[in-house]
Amino acid sequence: MPFYVSPEQSMRDKADYARKGIARGRSCVALKYAGGILMVAPNPSSALHKISELYDRIAFAAVGRYNEYENLRKAGVTYADITGYQFDRRDVTARGIANWYAQTLGTIFTESNKPFEVEIVVAEIGRQATDDQIYRITFDGSVSDEPGFVAFGGQADQVSAVLKERYRDSLSLAEAFAAALAALAAPSNGEQRPDVVAAQLEVAVLDRARDHRTFRRIRAARLEELIGEVRAAEQKAAEQKAAEQAAEQKAAEAAEAAEAAEAADSPEETPADASAPDEPADPAGAAPPIGPDAADSDRGSGQGNGDQTPPSPL
Amino acid sequence: MGSYLDGSQPAPFGRADGDSRLRGAGGPGSKPSAGFMDRQGSSFADFLAAYSPGLLPGRTPVPGIPAGDGQVLRDLPHATTIVAAACEHGVVLAGDRRATSGSMISKRDVDKVFRSDEYSAIGYSGTGSLGMDVIRAFQVELEHYEKMEGRPLSLEGKANRLAWMIRGNLPAAMQGFIVVPLFVGYDEDADRGRIFSYDPLGGPYEEHRFYSIGSGSVFARGSLKKLYADDMPVRDAVLACVQALYDAADDDSATGGPDLTRRIFPVIATVTADGYRRLSEAESEDYAEQVVQARMSEPDGPSAPLRAAG
Repeated sequence: MPFYVSPEQSMRDKADYARKGIARGRSCVALKYAGGILMVAPNPSSALHKISELYDRIAFAAVGRYNEYENLRKAGVTYADITGYQFDRRDVTARGIANWYAQTLGTIFTESNKPFEVEIVVAEIGRQATDDQIYRITFDGSVSDEPGFVAFGGQADQVSAVLKERYRDSLSLAEAFAAALAALAAPSNGEQRPDVVAAQLEVAVLDRARDHRTFRRIRAARLEELIGEVRAAEQKAAEQKAAEQAAEQKAAEAAEAAEAAEAADSPEETPADASAPDEPADPAGAAPPIGPDAADSDRGSGQGNGDQTPPSPL
Repeated sequence: MGSYLDGSQPAPFGRADGDSRLRGAGGPGSKPSAGFMDRQGSSFADFLAAYSPGLLPGRTPVPGIPAGDGQVLRDLPHATTIVAAACEHGVVLAGDRRATSGSMISKRDVDKVFRSDEYSAIGYSGTGSLGMDVIRAFQVELEHYEKMEGRPLSLEGKANRLAWMIRGNLPAAMQGFIVVPLFVGYDEDADRGRIFSYDPLGGPYEEHRFYSIGSGSVFARGSLKKLYADDMPVRDAVLACVQALYDAADDDSATGGPDLTRRIFPVIATVTADGYRRLSEAESEDYAEQVVQARMSEPDGPSAPLRAAG
């Protein structure tokens, strides 16, 4: 090689390259809820998955280049199946798989010219909610054990910030899904769209209530139902908020009037009878526009783009 | 035109020497993390054959045992009778609980009927330990394919795959370590249950209506022949299977009947549009009790009409 490149420079370049590739795509989220772990990814394809089953209680989610993470997914399935076959099904753990991914990605990052442009999450549900685990593995092989939720890929920071706000322990599935949608609709995560379309989302759960294989995709009718629940809850929250505001306003007005007249003769005008206005108020507040959408930001660009440009299906 | 994805070209990021740590199925001695990347097929057994052939059941002949050594063979536990009967929109698979080593009963509560995946079930007779391995490998094979491809194999695909795996057992089979499975599944396209039988070298042979394998199979099949009717409801088909197992146990010393003192009853599984379901101990006990009670007054079981009606 004619030119000398310092190792620092080479590593930096590779990391920049991988980061750029990953940031071009759209974020995915994974979070714990009362009954297991929920994963949501914007994905217009119903055949080329970002979220998949690895083993009985372990799931895989990835963002980045399809061919690369698909390769890693298959390797993960192989690793899990071989381990389970050689020993016992209980001996397959997310920790083991995450370590294997970390080693593999680390080796690829340091030893090859082109690093993988992927970010991976391996999630496992335990017998109890406290045993649930979510691992995040980045392109250079670093692993982190995420507390209760994780947003990765695309503009992960913004998405993660929203998710952090909405997340708490023991959410119901609908609440967790609402949080995920709100997070995915965070500014700069792809172009905004007012509506969520079930066809544009890939949703799956690891469901503690199931035995044997706990991974389950939520599709079509069930997904519509879930989106409906979220909408209804948000509508209700918006109405409630509007009602509260109206009530506050009324109370303030009443107080003012009482002050002015110096006659305390309006006990009925308390917040209780304040009615909600017709339209859900406060669009910026309780009900953020939710919309991981179809049109992918990286649509149509050539090589090196992220997420949604799988090679033509075989 | 080759690409690095199908393995015909080195990966663009790999070294010219093939970067063997990252590619292809590593040969013996390769690190475990090696061969998992760049998988080509979706078969677990094929991968295992390249990655670590020793893990496949029956692939290498058992060393040190000359072919046809009867004593060694006889001393190994053998699983016995399995019966299957197609029913309305599904199929029933049931097995007795006995394993024998020659004339000795080696185990009274052995399981020979298993879930192979959501819409199929498998039972086996023959050498116990080898049979367990074959079934475990088969279960992983089906699940592995499903996960790799994102959809399950077709029922015929599963049956053919099993035939191939039984064929893989050939070296051991030639020494007498024989495993013969009975495979049943629900065919979603046809909305009915189907039965596949095998010989020690493979198959599959599709069976119609009902079938049985193992040492008591002749008696069980004779019994089913008289009791079976087309499109039986699931409950009736289960009862017919339990009757057949009782008849097998009645005449074959290697087949175990319902053990009322130890509360050990046949393992019964149904595969229908709702998927695989293994009947609970209580349900199985209920069927067995029915049969035993009826046999108290009629030891030979229900008798079929001598002349065809009409």
